[in-house]
Amino acid sequence: MTSNPGAHLTAIDIAASVRSGERTAGDVLEEHLERIASSDAEIHAFNHVMVDEARHCAQAVDTAVKAGEDPGPLAGVPVALKDNMCTRAVPTTCSSRILQGWKPPYDATVVQRLGMAGAVVIGKTNMDEFAMGSSTENSAFGPTRNPWDTSCVPGGSSGGSAAAVAAGFVPISLGSDTGGSIRQPAALCGVVGVKPTYGAVSRFGLIAFASSLDQIGPFANTVADAALVLEAIAGHDPADSTSIREPFAELFPHLDDGVSGTRIGLITEMMGEGIDADVAARTREAADALEAAGATVQEVSIPAVNYGLSAYYLVAPAEASSNLARYDGVRYGNRVEGNTTDEMMFATRTEGFGDEVKRRIMLGAYALSAGYYDAFYGKALKVRTLIRADFQVAYEKFDVLLSPTSPSTAFPLGDKTADPMAMYLNDVCTIPTNLAGHPAISVPFGTGDDGLSIGVQVLAPPQGEQQMFTAAAVLESAAPGGAR
Amino acid sequence: MSDRLPKSPDNAKSPNNDGGANQRISADDVAKVANLSRLTLDADELDLFTHQLADILDHARDIEALDLEGVEPMARPLPLVNVFRADEPGEPLDRAEVLAAAPSVENNQFRVPPSLGER
Repeated sequence: MTSNPGAHLTAIDIAASVRSGERTAGDVLEEHLERIASSDAEIHAFNHVMVDEARHCAQAVDTAVKAGEDPGPLAGVPVALKDNMCTRAVPTTCSSRILQGWKPPYDATVVQRLGMAGAVVIGKTNMDEFAMGSSTENSAFGPTRNPWDTSCVPGGSSGGSAAAVAAGFVPISLGSDTGGSIRQPAALCGVVGVKPTYGAVSRFGLIAFASSLDQIGPFANTVADAALVLEAIAGHDPADSTSIREPFAELFPHLDDGVSGTRIGLITEMMGEGIDADVAARTREAADALEAAGATVQEVSIPAVNYGLSAYYLVAPAEASSNLARYDGVRYGNRVEGNTTDEMMFATRTEGFGDEVKRRIMLGAYALSAGYYDAFYGKALKVRTLIRADFQVAYEKFDVLLSPTSPSTAFPLGDKTADPMAMYLNDVCTIPTNLAGHPAISVPFGTGDDGLSIGVQVLAPPQGEQQMFTAAAVLESAAPGGAR
Repeated sequence: MSDRLPKSPDNAKSPNNDGGANQRISADDVAKVANLSRLTLDADELDLFTHQLADILDHARDIEALDLEGVEPMARPLPLVNVFRADEPGEPLDRAEVLAAAPSVENNQFRVPPSLGER
């Protein structure tokens, strides 16, 4: 695929034309279903396409428009969901054999909110099993391929959702970000990806990986489309006890505010060793573009982020080992029979989980076990405090921060599957945000020496989405060659 | 907080902190956590996972050199507060729909193999 057939169709345009009656949601849907039918065999962005449900939903939108009702800000916009968000009576697998065929008895809050906004959910996207990975190669159902170069990975873990937008299968999709799982695939697929403040979007119905880090956010072709989706899904939800009670920021009125006088810090620790030269070069050009638009840009050191990867790979597995204990073959999901309950549980989990999930469950159980808890998990939690404190110091001097999203462009399939530690290093720039609970957005900004997309990350303090989106909009308009 | 950090992460690998944590994870340790996690590993898997987990834990050793005395642990990004709601009945999940997703059901309940003694 050399061009993006759907990039010109923004969610904002689609919703406006459906609301005005210029186009029907049904026609919009069929166009997108055709693209999926003709190209997804090659990309494998989807685990499941909800043809019947989507047609039913589009029909309801068109009926509302004909009756003079407003279906909402996402009227008739096709949306893809990462396959770890519960959809009632529709298969939800987390790309794991253990959940293959499972149909949840309820919808996640984000699914309900998309419906209320008039969106048409079109399918469930491929991912690294239980969101553990950075390439979507850990899926039990085979990898997703990068639409720009199908010999390369799309990133992960939300690789299917990123690829679906890049391939023009949908204008917007949702992913989840625990250590970079929205932003890194967004960077590698040349689309916009947002990890909101922890607690900004309800996690009710999001299948848990690491509960203190997980957050749902959008993928889109444009910053404005990402803002449209985020405004629709964010906000307090009584069903999620970690949901923020204050109203979510208004993004749209400030998208064109510009960055005149904005103080921007370029994170020193994310510009040196381990970051490819072309990625660092594009990030510096992004900083220059913001300066040219009136911002002041200075380098800032956030020393504790050097320890982010270590803390993350103790905290996230520890939480995962606890969260994934629920897959025991008793109440839902698949079971492998045994003579006793214990034998059944061993057989079910041994056959049901892939290697990366097993690695993280065991790593987490080890980090939490007697004799190691203080040395590993306990210390990692204290490092989290240091990271948050260092960010706090930086945000006293800067409104937003800037860094690369991923240390490299998309890499070939199979390149890093044998070495877990090499794969983990993909997340070195994204992880600190999750540990601190802060928001960040990845915006496409030019290409690398290999011609593949590079993403630049704008980071903001908690609930700082407004200034983050304003800076992202400036970066988008300054990106070399426009949006890819 | 920066003064708590060593000059460079490369100097951070400390050989003598925290008792058991400075020993590499052994095959016996991995077999133990596999059992706790209800996972069965064959000999090849045990060997592979032992090496991989050791590599990951080696990388994590850079935090051992940090001075973390007096630093509060941060288990979650938001302060923990009690969340109360009005005690009003809501709509429960549909029982038949829930049970339809279970691997085995008997008398409207989840069915499992014997948990005690021999079958």
